[in-house]
Amino acid sequence: MDILRFITAGSVDDGKSTLIGRLLYDSKSILIDQLEAIEKQTKNREDGEIDLALLTDGLRAEREQGITIDVAYKYFSTPKRKFIIADAPGHIQYTRNMVTGASNANLAIILVDARNGVAEQTRRHSIITSLLGIKHVVLAINKMDLVDYSQDVYNNIMIDYEQVAKTLGLKNIKYIPISALHGDNIVDLSDKYPWYNGDSLLHYLESVEVHADINLTDARFPVQYVIRPQTEELHDYRGYAGKITSGIYKKGDQVIVLPAGIESIISKIEIAGNEVEEAFAPQSVVLHLKDDIDISRGDLIVQKNNQPKTEQEIEVLLCWMDNKPLIKGNKYLLQLNSRVVRTVIKDIEYKLDVNSLERIYEFEKTGLNDIVKATLKTASLLPFDSYKDLPNNGGAILIDETSLVTVGACMLQ
Amino acid sequence: MKDEITNNTNHTNSPLRVRSLDYLEQLESEAIHIMREVAGQFERPALLFSGGKDSIVLVHLALKAFRPGKFPFPLVHIDTGHNFQEALDFRDSLVEELEERLIVRKVEDTIKAKQLTELKGKFASRNALQTYTLLDAIEEFEFDCCIGGARRDEEKARAKERIFSVRDEFGQWNPKLQRPELWNTYNGKIHKGENVRAFPISNWTELDVWNYIRRENIALPSIYFSHEREVLEYDGQLVAISKFIQLEESDIISVKKVRYRTVGDMTCTAAVESDAETLDEVINEIIVTKTSERGETRIDDKVSEAAMEDRKKNGYF
Repeated sequence: MDILRFITAGSVDDGKSTLIGRLLYDSKSILIDQLEAIEKQTKNREDGEIDLALLTDGLRAEREQGITIDVAYKYFSTPKRKFIIADAPGHIQYTRNMVTGASNANLAIILVDARNGVAEQTRRHSIITSLLGIKHVVLAINKMDLVDYSQDVYNNIMIDYEQVAKTLGLKNIKYIPISALHGDNIVDLSDKYPWYNGDSLLHYLESVEVHADINLTDARFPVQYVIRPQTEELHDYRGYAGKITSGIYKKGDQVIVLPAGIESIISKIEIAGNEVEEAFAPQSVVLHLKDDIDISRGDLIVQKNNQPKTEQEIEVLLCWMDNKPLIKGNKYLLQLNSRVVRTVIKDIEYKLDVNSLERIYEFEKTGLNDIVKATLKTASLLPFDSYKDLPNNGGAILIDETSLVTVGACMLQ
Repeated sequence: MKDEITNNTNHTNSPLRVRSLDYLEQLESEAIHIMREVAGQFERPALLFSGGKDSIVLVHLALKAFRPGKFPFPLVHIDTGHNFQEALDFRDSLVEELEERLIVRKVEDTIKAKQLTELKGKFASRNALQTYTLLDAIEEFEFDCCIGGARRDEEKARAKERIFSVRDEFGQWNPKLQRPELWNTYNGKIHKGENVRAFPISNWTELDVWNYIRRENIALPSIYFSHEREVLEYDGQLVAISKFIQLEESDIISVKKVRYRTVGDMTCTAAVESDAETLDEVINEIIVTKTSERGETRIDDKVSEAAMEDRKKNGYF
């Protein structure tokens, strides 16, 4: 049994919250008191039916306005998998929330309304899915009941979307016709779709292979914390605690500590106090090195024969997440895993139209939810990988030095 | 070390083992990573310890994260004075075994010092008053980060809370001004007076916690298992008879075999009827149960639909 993390993209009108409610409800993950609570709320509404969407709208403002503002995390399990759903809002003014939800997802479910087909927002959700490097996509064609369960409608949407996917380089796309409202093809296949011979949505989610997505080749280990008991019996104990973000480390490996560039050899690996011969991503471990060198939080331990880039001038795709605009020449803090460096925005090259993927070279300002290509200059060397190749060592956040708020997400190029 | 942590990583040494983690190992590694981020980013963190199963799991994870070193934080118990004695005894013996520092601050003292008004009524709870004691403790020790055992599956407002959740100097959570939290990168930068609540087991469900306790063979206070207790049946819930609740003549007290799913105040934590005496039996009951953890055993969440959101905005855990 492993974990699948997925994001659902689509607006309220597409039935996103209903779909999630349906997955939880039909997989028996909703408990009586939660149901009672939403039944009670539904009674105050006009239509009277149980509104499964209420299961996911957690904040009062969201219930009042009937929209999803923030990312909500929902959990359910089947005997095969534990599922973590990041339920993110779909409107363009919440692009940053979708980016946030997408950053940890193995898979994206993109909802389209069968009546409307591939719409502007479908394109936007797909662009974000592609930018964040999500490896698996389900195009859930919803409200099939409103188009008479038509195979033609399904086929046409599939043909349209293939074009979008091709432009964006999205692969592994699964097309599933559903009705979230009626539960068609969510957990079980419905007999109203005799022409559909694929999986139900849940069956696909249970079986999609995601372990292969973990990179076990390029070893990266950001040091989070140095364990030094400094007791009499453990006087010389000096362990580097962290989580292996990718790759494998073995006792005896020749390693190099970046950005300083000091070489050493792994003398011991511990997991929860037990010595092991090797460890792999995403394990949290303690590494020991043969040489007594000065290593602290923010350093990166890698294999000598497989090193990341170590540079100070870095091109990034940047999703801006703050109400104040991003300003060229301003200084920010850049945090990549445990390393924090000061950085200045040297250049903003173009803005990406998230609906069309067009590059806009002339624009007034970079505001909330904008995605731009920018060049950063860091105050000290930063070891990193291209987000496309190794997202775990290529995704960084920008922090405003004065408000200390996270203001941007950077995909290093 | 070996005595404290059950050795369950044997299989990682097997050359035949596929290099992959199962779901509990993934959750464990994520939680350890979060704890170490707290240790790496903050000057004066603390671990909020209630004696309940979630905070006991946090202590277990801290052992895995920091041994053979000492914890880089004290355990802090905000004592309402309405605790189960079993939970207090368990707390004290655990701390003694760990040789870690425990700080206890009592709600009783805050009530006296600040002339706070206690709730009245049958099950007058001090749950809300804990917030005052907690904020005082944060100020007294200048804690910049408090690690808590909250989980997102507990409640709808929690489902939206970040793993690093920034609170203002009044301890308030502002759900509309949450920092975006991407990848596994946690921004713990704060201004003086603010503090962060960090939730390492955010992504665990109740069942995950129990399965982890079973796998790791973690000891729990005895009240989590079936025992006989004098209870009052009230509004479909079973409340333990204690000096903290007000009984009326019409109340019918009975002795039932019960266990607890959560351990909080005696006044606001309800028991469930159960014969489950072992972890396996408890887990089996949870799998077939049809009521969620908070709804079944928390008397205080039913008050209003937005009860938790309101309490969190006011500085609650």
